[in-house]
Amino acid sequence: MANHTLTLAIMDAPYEAAASTTAFRIIESALRKGVNVNVFAYEGAVSLTMKDQAPHANPVKGTSVEEEEHPTTKDLVAALIALGQASPKLTWVNCGLCVDERGAGHWIDGVKRGGPADFFKMASESGNTLVIPTR
Amino acid sequence: MKILNIVENAYRATLEEQDDTVLWLSRALKGAGADLSVVLRGNAVNYAVPQACPELKLGTAAIKHPARPHEDLAKLRAKGANVYVVQEDLEDSGIGTERCVADAIPISRARLVDLLMEHDQVWHW
Repeated sequence: MANHTLTLAIMDAPYEAAASTTAFRIIESALRKGVNVNVFAYEGAVSLTMKDQAPHANPVKGTSVEEEEHPTTKDLVAALIALGQASPKLTWVNCGLCVDERGAGHWIDGVKRGGPADFFKMASESGNTLVIPTR
Repeated sequence: MKILNIVENAYRATLEEQDDTVLWLSRALKGAGADLSVVLRGNAVNYAVPQACPELKLGTAAIKHPARPHEDLAKLRAKGANVYVVQEDLEDSGIGTERCVADAIPISRARLVDLLMEHDQVWHW
């Protein structure tokens, strides 16, 4: 029987690389196809879920916050977590040591703290693992 | 499950982290029971060369324990992980194998294909 679980390890901090958006799109597509998804957010990627992120107006374009309608990364992850609440399930684990050294511990609901052993367990229980590192 | 960690992105924040983050993760995974091997390719082949990473002092703050990647390779080997270094990438960087630590096994790009096939999951960092 096919293993319908995919694990991703991601590393980029918010707004640094298109790789993060690509990861989000892969996660959404997998969930919509009924695939369970595990995410291990390593290094800068733990900041993707920081709760205090806030959108801003765009003075260059002369648009207000409301006109910009610019979701922060924590909003995008929250939407994915909502999509993967039950079956298929999205499990999002932030690397705890990475969180500590960044002071990034105030995060949105649905995110867990973990470490390499959790990543290894998730990968072991998955059909495959996709690593999207910082470049 | 056999995991092959391919490290290509070298010296990423090694000063700030006092570690290479993927070598660090590899040791942590090995400690968690992973059957894991490491391949150094691209600029990361320089990790196989013994190096003295200087300390850094900025005002009153100091980085006193800089990353020592070649020592991390030795510690990975001591934990039972195979460590390979891509021969052609060494040559591209002008690094002779005689300059590399014995813990890193030179491997040709052609042989790398076999290595990929021998592992269940390949993670390219």
